[in-house]
Amino acid sequence: MLVSVYRYNPETDSEPYMQDVEVSLPEGKDPMVLDVLNLIKEKDQSLSYRRSCREGVCGSDGVNMNGKNGLACITPVSEVVSRGKLVVRPLPGLPVVRDLVVDMGVFYKQYQRIKPYLQNSSPAGGRERLQSPEDRAKLDGLYECILCACCSTSCPSFWWNPEKFVGPSGLLQAYRFLADTRDEATEERLADLDDPFSVFRCRGIMNCVSVCPKGLNPTKAIGHIRDMLLSRAT
Amino acid sequence: MTGLRKLSFDAVVIGGGGAGMRASLQMAQSGFKTACLTKVFPTRSHTVSAQGGITCAIASADPNDDWRWHMYDTVKGSDYIGDQDAIEYMCSVGPEAVFELEHMGLPFSRFENGRIYQRPFGGQSKDYGAGGQAARTCAAADRTGHALLHTLYQANLKNNTTFLNEWFAVDLVRNQDGVVVGVIAIEIETGEVVFVESKATVLATGGAGRIYASTTNAHINTGDGIGMALRAGYAMQDMEMWQFHPTGIYGAGTLVTEGCRGEGGYLINKDGERFMERYAPNAKDLAGRDVVARSMMTEILEGRGCGENSDHVYLKLDHLGKEIVHNRLPGITELSKTFAHVDPAVTPIPVVPTCHYMMGGIPTNVNGQAITQIKGKDQAIPGLYACGEAACVSVHGANRLGGNSLLDLVVFGRAAGIFIEEQLQQGIDYRLASEDDVDRAMSRLNALNSNDNGEDTAVLKRELQSCMQNYFGVFRDGEYMKKGRDNLNIMRDRVANIAISDKSGAFNTARMEALELQNLFEVAEATAIAADERMESRGAHSRNDYPERDDKNWLCHSMYHPETKKLTKRDVNFKPQTVDTFEPKVRTY
Repeated sequence: MLVSVYRYNPETDSEPYMQDVEVSLPEGKDPMVLDVLNLIKEKDQSLSYRRSCREGVCGSDGVNMNGKNGLACITPVSEVVSRGKLVVRPLPGLPVVRDLVVDMGVFYKQYQRIKPYLQNSSPAGGRERLQSPEDRAKLDGLYECILCACCSTSCPSFWWNPEKFVGPSGLLQAYRFLADTRDEATEERLADLDDPFSVFRCRGIMNCVSVCPKGLNPTKAIGHIRDMLLSRAT
Repeated sequence: MTGLRKLSFDAVVIGGGGAGMRASLQMAQSGFKTACLTKVFPTRSHTVSAQGGITCAIASADPNDDWRWHMYDTVKGSDYIGDQDAIEYMCSVGPEAVFELEHMGLPFSRFENGRIYQRPFGGQSKDYGAGGQAARTCAAADRTGHALLHTLYQANLKNNTTFLNEWFAVDLVRNQDGVVVGVIAIEIETGEVVFVESKATVLATGGAGRIYASTTNAHINTGDGIGMALRAGYAMQDMEMWQFHPTGIYGAGTLVTEGCRGEGGYLINKDGERFMERYAPNAKDLAGRDVVARSMMTEILEGRGCGENSDHVYLKLDHLGKEIVHNRLPGITELSKTFAHVDPAVTPIPVVPTCHYMMGGIPTNVNGQAITQIKGKDQAIPGLYACGEAACVSVHGANRLGGNSLLDLVVFGRAAGIFIEEQLQQGIDYRLASEDDVDRAMSRLNALNSNDNGEDTAVLKRELQSCMQNYFGVFRDGEYMKKGRDNLNIMRDRVANIAISDKSGAFNTARMEALELQNLFEVAEATAIAADERMESRGAHSRNDYPERDDKNWLCHSMYHPETKKLTKRDVNFKPQTVDTFEPKVRTY
């Protein structure tokens, strides 16, 4: 199979280029894209990419495969390969450090900005705070985010305004804390988001939903935040 | 040479998993200048893959639950070489540590009354084994590790911990008095080498499951802390004790939580027989992991395995119904679909015992201080601490119980943090490292960088992994282990002679993988020698040539000494402070 992979080493390359590599896949198997990258690296150790858990929970290996963002470790080659060719590029919209490794700085900055931790100053007592199963269920579809950045780097609004628009991942996390019945900072959280850019730059394009490897729905979470902001304003 | 950039901290924690971040959180909360240095962004650490939960007697599922029952189970699970003072500490302090996590925001699943959900796990009992199966594992669906790791990262952000993300620790720096005063580390993005100086250095580098060809462990689990400590000449404890998890997905090695069996799933052979009823009539599929893994291997070796090659068994969940499978085990549903192409609510999952956890490691006391022995007496290594899977405190002994690793890492990450805090408050005064001290710590990196013609990392890694898989697996035998040791002896010089063709600085993963392989080799060699020389069967260490437990000679820890490559013995602690000693008994489930 022909694999075309994005290469750039800032110390030796004046500009990035696509390198074509012929890879022989094990017969009768449908390997994951990460397996293919590993095969290439065994032959050419200069190829750099991130990987860790290889089971879709650590979020290290978000890449762009034949035009669509996803995790290399849980994407079977057959799912993305087109006309016999696999094309692997770094996640779009972020500066490339080397090869498939992008600088995630601005993505993490937006995550930190939403204060991604529980805020509750009431004494908790000697045991856990109680939460009903129904209230806990409100966090399903939110807390599972793995910070892989597949969503935010597929979002045109985030490409244009990465410093001002929180982006789908950060907003999903923002809603995770707004929805948590144990959190007491709802008002402060909403006040921090109440400007034309942070939330309202979402145009409902829904690329985030179509690429999320965990099947989460940031657009829906953003809708809930909009509703909260709007009802707060009236 | 030197002239390296230097960063100075009160404490540096190597590793951004659960143990490392719990330790760094503790120290950052009290205002000490704390760095968490991690080779991956913290939420990529392997704690994220923990599924079923954190075992702890918070008395939610059963209001009468008692940490002493948990302690009994853990001592029994360890096959009696877990240290009883450490197990007592973990089980009694556990509830406080778990409630803290909840207060930080960990999204635990809940019971109807609003308390934390607990599920049954293997090896759990009520009333010191007399009261039947307990349900003591606190869970956030089957993503407890993910929830825990993210919560700890968030708490560290809140408390302004300094993160050195994507920095790779190479070797320990020791001053002329033998005090550990920091590490040499590479900032991966640029390739710059930095001396990170610290009054306290905490190794929280996790496990090393990648010494085996088939493992549930992440690619990054390469035993970096163990490698660093062994190269510094420190002895490692109980390195022969490796847990093989009963249910790794056949072919892929990815983990399927014991919680599946806790929720009512069970294992079947090719005849559809629930075979664990024969091996463990009481606990059945919820016996200790070592017992279940051996039973599965016996089924396979005796020809009752499933599939074309009769080389795996099935984990059956479909009788639980879609609702339980999809709601309580959503992550398992995903993993099974991705890696085994089955929906577990409909079709059983093909599974096989897979390397999962290192019970051994850097010997420590309950304060996280790394221990060495001088003339048979314990002595703390000044400046060096360890916690989590890299450490051997030892709460797991010869076999860890499910759900006890997450508890171990929060309790002892926290304990190490508290102890270092106290030390820092009292004032720590060491001599600084000289240029020679730093140069010495640079020698391995320098050798790798200057070698132009040598061995290839990928080739050696495959050889190492297949050697360990073949000769040091679930069942061991002296004759085979000798062969394995011979192989490793030949490999040692080759591992020292790795060359990388790519010498660039920026995000050079080839250099990192070479350094990681050298760490894996140190761990593998320690494992091989300790396994060959412990002449008995205990817990996860099972020998065909010595099938019985031998309390007369081996009711002790092993200590592997890297410089002599010899094994010595260290006493197990049988002196808990508030309860009576649990005396060794025949271990049945």
